[in-house]
Amino acid sequence: MQDSHPAAQSLISKPVWALGEEPAFRPGARVHVSSRSPIGHYRVPLYLRGKTGSVVSVIEPAGLNNEEEGFGRNAGGRRHYYRVGFEMSEVWAGYPGPVRDRLFIEVFETWLERA
Amino acid sequence: MFDHDHDHPHEPIVTAARPSLYEIMETAVRELLIERHLIGAHEIRRQIEVLDSRTPALGGAIVARAWIDPAFKARLLADGRGACEEFGISFYDDTSLIVLENTEAVHNLIVCTLCSCYPRPVLGLPPDWYKLKPYRARAIFEPRAVLAEFGTVIPAEVEVRVSDSTSMVRYLVLPRRPEGSDDFTEAELAALVTRDAMIGVVPVNLIDGASP
Repeated sequence: MQDSHPAAQSLISKPVWALGEEPAFRPGARVHVSSRSPIGHYRVPLYLRGKTGSVVSVIEPAGLNNEEEGFGRNAGGRRHYYRVGFEMSEVWAGYPGPVRDRLFIEVFETWLERA
Repeated sequence: MFDHDHDHPHEPIVTAARPSLYEIMETAVRELLIERHLIGAHEIRRQIEVLDSRTPALGGAIVARAWIDPAFKARLLADGRGACEEFGISFYDDTSLIVLENTEAVHNLIVCTLCSCYPRPVLGLPPDWYKLKPYRARAIFEPRAVLAEFGTVIPAEVEVRVSDSTSMVRYLVLPRRPEGSDDFTEAELAALVTRDAMIGVVPVNLIDGASP
């Protein structure tokens, strides 16, 4: 992260990062999982599409876009995964356990929208 | 079967079942890759050796160290992969590792609903039930019922956190250190830690640890 080394940072002006290098979401951000249904390989389970949760952490380093990689295309496809927490009662109507129970999962940036 | 006389020859071991479609496909792809010099037979054999060398004993050693060394535990929770690499555990599959700490207030459970993602670098191969659909489907919508079937009843005031592993991240549960283990050595502690405790379906206790 560009803020992690203040001594080095003081010697140079802040360089411009390429689009997609910087995480689009920060911990605490409310996010909505996209509910599209692409053809091919993807890693967002059906049961979470359309659900709203909160970003817990940004997974570093950025990873390849697995949907593109599934077709052998991976140049320039790096984005972040986010660890997102959902209340069980948001995921499952009628969840029988206590309201404090939660579910966590890593979701690729292209699947998240600001809620 | 130990109650029969050993004065007769045993039946030879035979494989009667026909190979499945996927077994045939695996053989065909493997032979093609070798024939075209894309990989060698020794690379396949070596990778099997890598997998065979990863067992829950590695995870148990990590957990025991975290119990006795607060600085290591802090590093483990901040960067699971980096802390395991201190033990010489390589992440040959280039996954990262989040270590989830169980506490008085939080109980973690791990699952992979899409397939069988598992912290193989530190635990080896997953148990069959972890890969089968009943566990994968139920762990996310009735985790407390699944846990109860393992004999683990979580009080209502404790938060259950289910982590669904789907991408490049794997999880390892850091169980609570059991009561009454204050005098245990690091090796004795490591022997208490079972595979299932690091998946999160059971706690570590002094009675059934170190069972084979």
